[in-house]
Amino acid sequence: MHSFAASPVVANGGFPLESAEPILAAAGLGGQRGERMLFRGLDITLLPGQVVWLRGRNGRGKTSLLRLLAGLATPTEGELHVAGQSLRRAPAAWRRALLYIGHQNALKDDLTASEALSFLLRLGGTHSTAAQIDAALHRLGVHQCRHALVRTLSQGQRRRVSLARLALSMDQTLWLLDEPFDALDADGVAALNELLAEHAQRGGATLLTSHQALSLAEPVPRIFDLDHHALA
Amino acid sequence: MTDLFIAVLMRDLRLAWRRRIDSLLPLVFFIVALSLFPLGVGPEPQTLREIAPGVVWVCALLASMLSVNLLFAGDLADGSLEQMLLAPQPALAVATAKCAVHWLVSGLPLIVAAPLVGVLFGMSVPALVALVFGLLLGTPILSLLGALGAALTLGLRSGGMLLILIVLPLATPALIFGAGAVGTIEAGQSAAGHFSLLGALLIATAIGAPLATAAALRISTE
Repeated sequence: MHSFAASPVVANGGFPLESAEPILAAAGLGGQRGERMLFRGLDITLLPGQVVWLRGRNGRGKTSLLRLLAGLATPTEGELHVAGQSLRRAPAAWRRALLYIGHQNALKDDLTASEALSFLLRLGGTHSTAAQIDAALHRLGVHQCRHALVRTLSQGQRRRVSLARLALSMDQTLWLLDEPFDALDADGVAALNELLAEHAQRGGATLLTSHQALSLAEPVPRIFDLDHHALA
Repeated sequence: MTDLFIAVLMRDLRLAWRRRIDSLLPLVFFIVALSLFPLGVGPEPQTLREIAPGVVWVCALLASMLSVNLLFAGDLADGSLEQMLLAPQPALAVATAKCAVHWLVSGLPLIVAAPLVGVLFGMSVPALVALVFGLLLGTPILSLLGALGAALTLGLRSGGMLLILIVLPLATPALIFGAGAVGTIEAGQSAAGHFSLLGALLIATAIGAPLATAAALRISTE
């Protein structure tokens, strides 16, 4: 897999949707943290059905890149399009098309797991019924703690509750996940892999970071390596 | 936009209810701070009646500032704020909802408690009515300005102190007209002018402050 990493966009052809319109297209992207330039001239294209593993050493700017793609930070240069929409021109359409789950779980300690999940879904414009919430928590194996306060949950359980959003985020074509496998056990990893595969099958695209090798079999994750992307 | 407003409002009210002891602290501060004045200034009824409106307003202002500090800090720390700003609806809804929650949780109890405190200070009934009406117009201004200050100082190390330094000068007009209204009533005149000015201040801040707060939130999370 590592041999693909020499070029920023890994082109291992033969994927049936190769010619489809890209879900995410970034051209000549530059980003900085504070005064420090992290990357420059970055091109990424995410096609429907792709899962891309964003790699790079610690401090290389993986999270910064994800936040930039999510529209939480502004690129210093370059163009960004999600589902054919430019962030600057149509921020609302942009945000409707993407789901970003950061390193933090965004769960409030004093809400129950299902309340916290339902709030996060509502932010994205999804009104979900109690049954849907239960089903989503069930998929991640945390339905038994749906009435438990988030403060009483373990790290892994919190991660699962936060990831349960994915089960109800069919409308969002682009998933940006920052270390989604963090704190998950083998069951959790399997559940997440299943969700990623389904999303790809629906024609969605995922860009994720992970410090462990991905165990996703179908679709085969492509690799985007920030280390091999020289600063222009 | 109203959907996001209601979602954030209901969530924060629920959180405030779950942590009701914490939510009551500004009110406790307000009452304790007010009860220090008779001890410090002396118990002469005439003096207390004269200083009461000003003292109530200053304590309400300080109580608001102390509680507004944490308005966005928790959401920033656990990533909720990021998610709220990622919602397809404008961040203005988040800013407005947060102001509304702050007013409901820490402004409204002060208004309810103010007449009781006023009685302890020996204020007359017309003066009490003017005080409550003034606070009704004035405390939302404090919440709106406080939220702006909290958004501007979000993530800064000495944010709490800086917030107070930013907001206090902006809040002084509300203080002057609010306390002044009670003074004119006690002098036997109409306080309509004071209330009109307070109302105008409220409208101006309600239009301007949430927009600025939303922009400041985007900058703070970048």
